Amino acid sequence: MNRSTIDLWVGIFVTIGLGAIVFLALKVGNLTTLDAKPSYRLEVNFDNIGGLKMRAPVKAAGVVVGRVESVRLDPKTYEAAVTLKIDNGYQFSKDTIASILTSGLLGEVYIGLDAGGDPQMLTDGGKIAKSQSAVVLEKLIGQFLFDKASSGAPNK
Amino acid sequence: MRRIGAGAINAIARCGFAARFFVAVLYHSPSAFHRLQLTAREIYFAGVLSLVVIMVSGLFVGMVLGLQGYDSLNKYGAGDSLGIFVGLSLVRELGPVVAGLLFASRAGSAITAEIGLMKTTEQLSAMEMMAVDPLARIVAPRFWGGVIAMPLLAALFSVMGVFGAYLVGVRLIGVDNGTFWGNMQAGIDFWPDITNGIIKSVVFGVAVSLIAVFEGYDAKPTAEGVSAATTRTVVGGSLAILALDFVLTVFMFRGMANV
Repeated sequence: MNRSTIDLWVGIFVTIGLGAIVFLALKVGNLTTLDAKPSYRLEVNFDNIGGLKMRAPVKAAGVVVGRVESVRLDPKTYEAAVTLKIDNGYQFSKDTIASILTSGLLGEVYIGLDAGGDPQMLTDGGKIAKSQSAVVLEKLIGQFLFDKASSGAPNK
Repeated sequence: MRRIGAGAINAIARCGFAARFFVAVLYHSPSAFHRLQLTAREIYFAGVLSLVVIMVSGLFVGMVLGLQGYDSLNKYGAGDSLGIFVGLSLVRELGPVVAGLLFASRAGSAITAEIGLMKTTEQLSAMEMMAVDPLARIVAPRFWGGVIAMPLLAALFSVMGVFGAYLVGVRLIGVDNGTFWGNMQAGIDFWPDITNGIIKSVVFGVAVSLIAVFEGYDAKPTAEGVSAATTRTVVGGSLAILALDFVLTVFMFRGMANV
């Protein structure tokens, strides 16, 4: 086999190999959502974030409008301070309520934003004042049992 | 007792020689890029000729993953997660590892046998006589050919595997097409999942290629010596891949468990 044929085959091989990496990146790994869309940051505090993780989606009316950028504990208030990265295309009013929700019973945890009616919009670095913590299933069951026991006691 | 000691000293000496050899190959590697023709020829032998076996086995591994994964996941009512299951296992582990094992046995053994036979027929010595450094002329192009070919082969393996799982999962079993791809894209990130897979395949490429050229260069110049060296390439290369895979996985994904 002469030189140029080998070069041709190597060229084809390298091309489809790189094509495979691009395919993995775009089709399998969905790099498209990672590219730096212009975005701004919002802060929000929660009493309890449940199972919220970094890069969890932020949804408004079920539409993904951003991602959770970081989660840390506020050392003074002992609240969870969550930073959200919201796409520039979406604006939210100052009285927006952020709540931690779960899709399905065991599904992924995400943050839901319910826009309010305030004409003033949140800007970069703004803080969402109203938040609703995660519903922790164990606490709920414990409360339910406690309520049952206390309401059942006087009847005896 | 004496034999154990001699064996140990011999093994350590071989390790030292291998390390020295690695440095020497790196030192001579610029010449592999000056003479791109030689390296291209080795990419052809190591990569293009391995293409069929890699793609066919990728397809079958993906199809088996599709069947087995769907069967197990469906028991928990999670058959829809087939896409992410197949994608993650291929991109993170199976792609680099199985492609590496196939590469060690398909291309590594050929490289060892070729260099070993050159040594046996004293072609290497003849080159040295002609003031041509066999490290630059023979070893370095083969080493870099393997290193370049390996990540591309691993990526192709993963793509064929995903395609095989798609064939079985979506076409045959009837998982929803959108769910399959959507779950996969939601669960797999370019960084760190895919990049870590690529890093793994590059490391495996370096390890297998180094073992292959070293065993060939170090082979006893007899027919038996070459055959023993070829065996050592396949066995040592495969073991190195599996051991390195564990070490790399510990470093790469340990931090992710609690994120």
